[in-house]
Amino acid sequence: MSAPFGRRALVVAQRREVGAYVVLVAPDPDGPAPRAGQFYMLAATAGWGADVDERPFLPRAFSVLRARPGGLEFMLEAVGPGTARLAALASGDGLWVTGPLGIGFDPPAGHDGGRRALLCGGGVGSAPLAIWQDELRRGDPDGPPARALLGFRDGAHAIGATLLHDARVATDDGSVGHHGPVTELLDAELDEDSHVIVYACGPPAMLEAVRARCAARGVPAQLALEAGMACGFGACFGCVVALADGSYVRLCVDGPVLDAARLSEVALP
Amino acid sequence: MIDLCGLRLADPVLNGSGTFDAIAAQRVFGDALVDDFPFSAFVSKTITLAPRAGNPPPRLWETAAGMINSIGLPNRGLAGYLEHDLPRLAALGVPLITNVMGAGADELVRLVDALGAREEVAAIELNVSCPNVRTGLDIGADPRELDAVLRAVRPHATKPLIVKLTPNTADVGLVARAAQDAGADAVSLINTLRAYAPSPRGGGEPWLGGETGGLSGPAIRAVALAQVRAVARRVTIPVIGMGGIQSGAHAAQFLAVGATAVAVGTESFRDPAAGARIRRELAEIHAKSGNTPPWKSSVSVA
Repeated sequence: MSAPFGRRALVVAQRREVGAYVVLVAPDPDGPAPRAGQFYMLAATAGWGADVDERPFLPRAFSVLRARPGGLEFMLEAVGPGTARLAALASGDGLWVTGPLGIGFDPPAGHDGGRRALLCGGGVGSAPLAIWQDELRRGDPDGPPARALLGFRDGAHAIGATLLHDARVATDDGSVGHHGPVTELLDAELDEDSHVIVYACGPPAMLEAVRARCAARGVPAQLALEAGMACGFGACFGCVVALADGSYVRLCVDGPVLDAARLSEVALP
Repeated sequence: MIDLCGLRLADPVLNGSGTFDAIAAQRVFGDALVDDFPFSAFVSKTITLAPRAGNPPPRLWETAAGMINSIGLPNRGLAGYLEHDLPRLAALGVPLITNVMGAGADELVRLVDALGAREEVAAIELNVSCPNVRTGLDIGADPRELDAVLRAVRPHATKPLIVKLTPNTADVGLVARAAQDAGADAVSLINTLRAYAPSPRGGGEPWLGGETGGLSGPAIRAVALAQVRAVARRVTIPVIGMGGIQSGAHAAQFLAVGATAVAVGTESFRDPAAGARIRRELAEIHAKSGNTPPWKSSVSVA
C-alpha cells in the first residue's frame, strides 16, 4: 500500500527510555501499517534547526520499531543534532513523518523453504528486527520467536535487547552477555545449524562481517542498510550504495533491505 | 494561467531540475502523486547522451539551513530517457521540461534534435554548469562560451529553450544577457553554489565522493534573490527564479524582484508535497492582497 503523499504531523503519545535508547510512540491514524524493515523520515515540528550550526535541517530516516494499535514506535539514540532533537521530544510534541517508505524484509519462504529465520542486530539497528520478529511470529503463533542475536556497546545500551523476545546479547565491554562482537554469537549459531536465513541490521562494519560470514558458508542473508538520506522517496539520489556489479542503487526506494548476494561488500562510511 | 515562453501553466510554481523524481515518487505515493501533482510543470533531472552512474558516495552533507550535494548527474542516458521515462512522465498531465547537459555544442545539438522530435516535451532546459570538453571553460560561467554554444544549438531547437544559469560566475547578469542575445527563450537560476564539506575525521580531506558539491536550501536564498533581481533587470525574456524557496511568501519575493515563475527544490526533500503547499500559500497571498497576481497580468488570452 502506498504511503500518503507528503509529510504529516503526528503527536507523540509516549516517550520512554529503554536503557541508553529512547522509544517514541506516535499514533498514525492516516497511515497504512508498515512492513518490517520499512522506514519513515522523521523531523520535529518545532525546534528543527535550532541546534549547533543551525542544524538539523533535513529529516532523519528511522526504521520502524513496531506498529501497534497505540501507534508507530521508533527507537532512537541521540548521536547528532537530528537524533538529539527527536530524542528530546516529549508526550504531546509534534512529529513530522513521511512514510512508510522503502522495501522491507522478505520472508524465509521466499528463499528456500525450511530455512529458519535468524536475526542479528547491532545497537539501534535492533529496531527493524523487533517488528520482523513479531511479523514472523504471526505466521507461526505457536512456535518460539525467531532467534535474535544483538550486539551493544555496554550494559546501558544492552537494555535495548528487551525490545525483542529472548534475545541473546553480546557487549563490547563484556558487562552483559557474551564479551565480544555479536558476529561471534552468529558464528556459534551457524556452527550449530546453518540451515538459516540471516536478517541483519546494524553499523556498516557489523553488516560487512555478517555478509562475509554468510557468503563464506552459503547462507542467504538480508541486510537492512543505512546511508545519509535527504528525502527518502527517490528524489535526491543521495543514498546510493554500490552493488557487486558496480552499479548504484538508491537505498530509499530499492532498499533499505538488500539481499546480501547483491553486494560484494558493505562499504564503510 | 501563466504564459512562460509559450508554455501555458496553471500557476508559476515548478520544480528545480534534479530535485524530484516523479517516477520514483509515483511508485512510493501511488496515484495521489498524480492527482495532486505538486508542480504546474515538471522539469526532468539532467539527461546526457550516454548513461551516467553518478559520483561515488557519500553524496550528501547537511549544513546550516541547507545541504551540499555531489550527485554527479546519474541518468540512464538519452535513449533510456526517451524509451522508458518520457512516456511515464507524459502521464503526469503537466507540461514537461527536459533538462539536458552536453560536453559542448555537438552533444547538445544531438540532445536537442532528439527531444525536439518528441511531442511529449514542451520545452528544453540547458544545464550549462559544466566544462566544455574542448575549451575546458565552464560554458555557463563565460558569456562568450555560452554565446558560441547557444548559436550552434538554437537553429536546431523547435521547442522553447531555457538556459539554466550557474551562480558560480563573476557577473550572472552578463551571462544571462548573452543567453538572451543568442536566442534563449528564458533563463532559470540559480543552480547550486559550489561548496566544500571537510570530512568530520579532520585534516581537511573531502567528505563527499565527488570532493566538491553544490549548496542548496534556505542558506542560499538571499544570494538567489540578488542574482534573480540582477538578471531580471538585464533581460526581457522570462526568468525562472529558485534557491531556498520554502513558502509562498518566499515565492512571492522572487516574483516581486522580477521572476515570471519560481522553482522549488530542496524543500521537496523535507516534504514531498512542499510544492503543493507553496502553490496554495502563494495563491492565498495574492487573494489577500486584493491585487491581480503578477502572473495573471501576463496571460495572453488566445
